[in-house]
Amino acid sequence: MTLARRIIPCLDVKDGRVVKGINFVSLRDAGDPVEQAAAYDAQGADEICYLDISASPEGRSTILDVVRRTANQVFAPLTVGGGVRTVADAERLLEAGADKIAVNTAAIRDPALVTACAERFGNQAIVVAVDAKRRPGGGWEVYSHGGRTPEGLDGVAWCQQVADRGAGEILLTSMDRDGTGQGYDTELVSTIARAVTIPVIASGGVGELAHLAAGLEAGADAVLAASIFHFGQHTIGEVKAFLAKAGLPIRIC
Amino acid sequence: MIAIVDVCSGNLRSVERALAQVGGDVTVTRDPDVVRKADKVVVPGQGAFGVFMRGLVERDLGAALREAIASGRPYLGICLGLQVLFDESEEQGPCAGLGVIPGTVERLRPGDPALKVPHMGWNRLVQRARDPMLAGLADDAHAYFVHSYHAVPRDLSLRIVEAEHGIPITAAIRKDNLFACQFHPEKSQHVGLQILRNFVEAA
Repeated sequence: MTLARRIIPCLDVKDGRVVKGINFVSLRDAGDPVEQAAAYDAQGADEICYLDISASPEGRSTILDVVRRTANQVFAPLTVGGGVRTVADAERLLEAGADKIAVNTAAIRDPALVTACAERFGNQAIVVAVDAKRRPGGGWEVYSHGGRTPEGLDGVAWCQQVADRGAGEILLTSMDRDGTGQGYDTELVSTIARAVTIPVIASGGVGELAHLAAGLEAGADAVLAASIFHFGQHTIGEVKAFLAKAGLPIRIC
Repeated sequence: MIAIVDVCSGNLRSVERALAQVGGDVTVTRDPDVVRKADKVVVPGQGAFGVFMRGLVERDLGAALREAIASGRPYLGICLGLQVLFDESEEQGPCAGLGVIPGTVERLRPGDPALKVPHMGWNRLVQRARDPMLAGLADDAHAYFVHSYHAVPRDLSLRIVEAEHGIPITAAIRKDNLFACQFHPEKSQHVGLQILRNFVEAA
């Protein structure tokens, strides 16, 4: 037996409320991210991820309360991304109870932020989120600002750079596949997984269970998905049973 | 009262919350006298070995921890709280530890390039011995690990729980009143809470 591949449900949170989430009758308040996270935790999620998509500073400040309340009742690793621009932003989230923070655009603007966070909080606390899109001539280009702005950075080189700077893992999203339900860009996953020695989390494009297996078989250490878990389409338990049957090392609770 | 020793570590609050969840009467402290008076001592750790050891020295906590271990009171080390019990670490060093357990802390070198460092995620606990701290755990219980260095005791019989990451690594050690784990019980859902409950209930 070896290290289990991780299944990570991701919740988009805006102004302290879940934007899209599971719709269980058992939830008192389906818009409360904490209740959703607790439900995933009870199902055996290996980690929980919040992506804060609030547009305003007031909206973003609500995530701290969400993280605090989550940490009081969820005893599993919690990653929080979105709007982290400085070491101080990261520190506030970690103090509130996050185990890892994810940085994206701010790391592109100032790669030294990755180094500073790793030195301050340890490599394990820093996830670099990389949004990559295929280039017509081959390879991938890194995008910032939620996938809106091309940065002229090569995906492989950027992932290697952030790994060298002390990132603990890479959250890799295919812009081509995100939201399509067509499955991960498995070539992107396998290319990056081979290019770095830190764990890679595959994200973007899951529409069915077989896609999760394909991402893991391509070399991802963990898979992150949102919509497949939401609306009760699949429970974490169902996903894990499917992947275990496919022969992947999975923690069954 | 259980003293959770504050040595500038990121997971203090998580450990506090998890112990409280299973009924522990906990106090987070950096005062050596509070550590000396506590019924039980927990040393969580996260981050870099050298920074942690410097924190111990600056807060004058090393002697209090050695006394707690020697006193026979239940003692729980978590992650770096396990590693600093050893003689020395390769991390930022060599860097001297507390020297309570003979052995060294080495960089993880799994051999197989497909095995990543940090060793991050849920791994099966291979239980080599029965222990009150492991009471109630299933044979295939998994716990959450995140570390790039691992502790190798000279006396391998102290290693009562192993995990596999290319090589067998130390998941937990037991020496008399001392139990220390490389994984994070405070992040290991029901498995971790069971271990912490066992600690709270230990006589």
